Amino acid sequence: MLTIGPYTFSSRLFLGTGKYKTAEEQEKAVRASETEVLTFAVRRMNIFDDSQPDPFENMDLSGFKLLPNTAGAKNAEEAVRIAKMAKAADMCDMVKVEVIGCNKTLLPDPVETLRASEQLLEEGFTVLTYTSDDVVLARRLQDLGIHAIMPGAAPIGTGLGIINPYNLQHIIEQAEVPVIVDAGIGSPKDACYSMELGADGVLLNTAVSDASNPAKMAEAMKYAVKAGRLGGEAGRIEKKFYAAASSPTEGLSRV
Amino acid sequence: MKLTINGIEKQVPADLNTVSRLLTHLELGEKKAVIERNGKILRKDEHEQEPVASGDTIEIVHFVGGG
Repeated sequence: MLTIGPYTFSSRLFLGTGKYKTAEEQEKAVRASETEVLTFAVRRMNIFDDSQPDPFENMDLSGFKLLPNTAGAKNAEEAVRIAKMAKAADMCDMVKVEVIGCNKTLLPDPVETLRASEQLLEEGFTVLTYTSDDVVLARRLQDLGIHAIMPGAAPIGTGLGIINPYNLQHIIEQAEVPVIVDAGIGSPKDACYSMELGADGVLLNTAVSDASNPAKMAEAMKYAVKAGRLGGEAGRIEKKFYAAASSPTEGLSRV
Repeated sequence: MKLTINGIEKQVPADLNTVSRLLTHLELGEKKAVIERNGKILRKDEHEQEPVASGDTIEIVHFVGGG
């Protein structure tokens, strides 16, 4: 079981809800993933234009914990405002802190991310912070008391996979709270690898929503996360330079 | 009276003098919207009491797909 603040989950796969072509496709993917946590963004309602219906209007969200993000915030104050708005919807007190500091890479602004996390903790939120793979920043966030660290595997939406496994391993090794690898996952291989390295969970969106078959990819991600978790726990063998036969070298039958 | 709703200036009937009445007028009564009036974020149970006056800035947000 995965415990984040007061919440406990049996699934270690968190799923984003952006960019699906249709609501039906999204719902199928969500079901196939068996996720218990869905992320959302907070945006202005399109009040004067009925052509953009609420994609979640007909979806039963009762079985899920909702994780609103603060995407769109450029500084701590904007992030706190978005988080408070999300909380006022009375659907969950978890928040994914996301303060972007670079438009090209969508990498988080470390200073504002830290400030936002600190302020939201003071406000009583369950704080999950999206951060880069910076080892020291991850520790500083943990020292603040955040409930989960969410380092990016690679920049958002790139699908590049884990570009710095070295840093990620250090973040995982020093962590006293759950580490959820968030962003940059491209394929099941990346989700599996994250879990093998010891991550407590994976959050992804584009890898599923933009796949040719989102529902199938969601199912694959479910297995990848489980496989990686099991494999990591089982303890992999050392890598060796020379080959070592698996079959006995003695007792060979010869003519 | 004149309100700024989600950045758009709107002329609305003067009897929409609470947040609840405004939401009903906008046909948002049942939707899961979060309202901010002049920078103050409102809980749902505050909509009934919260006044709306000419010149107010109202933000109406909701959850959309995101990662």
